[in-house]
Amino acid sequence: MSITTYIIISIIKSAALISILLTAVAYSVWLERKVSARIQNRWGPTRVGPFGLLQPLADGVKFIFKEDLTQPYVYKTLYIAAPIIAVVFAISSISVIPFGNSLTIPAFSLGPLGTVGPITTPLQITDLNIGLLLILGITSMGVYGVALAGWSSNSKYSLLGGLRASAQMISYEISLGLSLVGVLILAGSFSLRDIVDSQRHMHWYIFLQPVAFFTYLISAYAETNRTPFDLPEAESELVAGYHTEYSAMKFAMFFMAEYANMVTVACLATLLFFGGWLGPVFGPPIVQMLLPVVWFCLKVFFFMFLYVWVRWTLPRFRYDQLMAFGWKVLLPIAIANLVVTALVVAWRA
Amino acid sequence: MLHLPLFLIFGAICVAGAINLLVQRHPINSALSLIVVMASLAVEYLLLGAEFLAAVQVIVYAGAIMVLFVFVIMLLNAGEEEHTQGSRVALLLGVPGIAIGGVLVAWTVLRHSNTEAVALGALPGPPKDVARLLFHDFLLPFEVTSVLILIAIMGAVVLASKPGAIVRDRRPEPAQEEKRELAAVGKER
Repeated sequence: MSITTYIIISIIKSAALISILLTAVAYSVWLERKVSARIQNRWGPTRVGPFGLLQPLADGVKFIFKEDLTQPYVYKTLYIAAPIIAVVFAISSISVIPFGNSLTIPAFSLGPLGTVGPITTPLQITDLNIGLLLILGITSMGVYGVALAGWSSNSKYSLLGGLRASAQMISYEISLGLSLVGVLILAGSFSLRDIVDSQRHMHWYIFLQPVAFFTYLISAYAETNRTPFDLPEAESELVAGYHTEYSAMKFAMFFMAEYANMVTVACLATLLFFGGWLGPVFGPPIVQMLLPVVWFCLKVFFFMFLYVWVRWTLPRFRYDQLMAFGWKVLLPIAIANLVVTALVVAWRA
Repeated sequence: MLHLPLFLIFGAICVAGAINLLVQRHPINSALSLIVVMASLAVEYLLLGAEFLAAVQVIVYAGAIMVLFVFVIMLLNAGEEEHTQGSRVALLLGVPGIAIGGVLVAWTVLRHSNTEAVALGALPGPPKDVARLLFHDFLLPFEVTSVLILIAIMGAVVLASKPGAIVRDRRPEPAQEEKRELAAVGKER
């Protein structure tokens, strides 16, 4: 493949993935509203389109047309930069996530420009041998968006929210990282594609690493500031936490960042513990090519649903409970799991 | 090909961030400039082919240590530095001192380093290579360093904690304690 084709394909893939991700983000908000309504015996959005399916679009238009307030007492540069930081890091972590095996485009002609040969491209923007580390790095940088938003708003609720968010994210990042190491030891690679490939024949790591899976899931919920760990934006005590002073599209950017992070977490859980795109493949070639993507999307959808389900079922932790749980329960469990996995692997080798 | 221009651009960003770190008055701006320095250093590592090192640089320095810096600045609500008139001694001695020091360092580095440039991608990049270096070739220094860091952390905890603070944690609230003491005093009377 020539460098020009490579660049063109990369640009197409990036554009497609970003639009898919943003659509997924919009519709997970819809999903959240619908499921929460079902759980509370309500209807949820029904007015805009069938089943309220166009509600995200209406919300987006509303966000754009709302008045964008900038309070006079904020620290302006950082106040504007914070939502951008949050959303950029949230979206860019999708770049190393593989969502299918590979795609083969048959040769086609471009008229006078000549023919484009059959192209086989992996369904992923880029496959790095440090893929997982890159995602961890990007998510760890995402804290700045929240922390700076809290600080630059120059309001007590925002500051408290930002402080809580950064303390919470640092605390749970450790058990999150450690819970993944067990899987890495078994897979022997940081590349997400290799990790999925090592789970063939139903050797999903959920069966081999159940403890790691639950540790990962719990700390990931804390990382994304979702109930029962949503103390940074606890409505009943902090108004809206770190984004209290934000309005219009800037507020929507924090919202997008939160849901994009949720999608990343769901993708990672699928790739690391549920075999990614692996699943039964049958039928004609075109179906065979698309089925893995369908399996991947179904698994991710399940995790998104689980997020909503948990949010509307469990009450919020108290702050000291949150810290005690992270440091005294989750972290020792993650370390013990890591030690046991390492010992078993070493003993078998 | 594309590596050299990128390397130069990120090198320039790195130096600009470092200068900005010194010039800025507000601690949070300085901390953010330091993040820029660390992130652009990570990109430099990446361009040299040390991708594992780059990832670790971002996770550990930019993502963890600097978050703590920012956290502390937020927590203490540190304000802008006070502007003082620069002392004349510092100006007279400091600037030539820095110039001489810089020239000396540059001269030593240029004199004693190999004249061959490090080829792009020559550094140990893949995690497996780094792991072999750390846990095989340099195992003892690596483990000793980790123990050293552990000791430093414990020392910091000991220095930072007030004497008896850990024991007091188990006791009832100070207010209740006071009440009880008052009650005891009252009984005695």
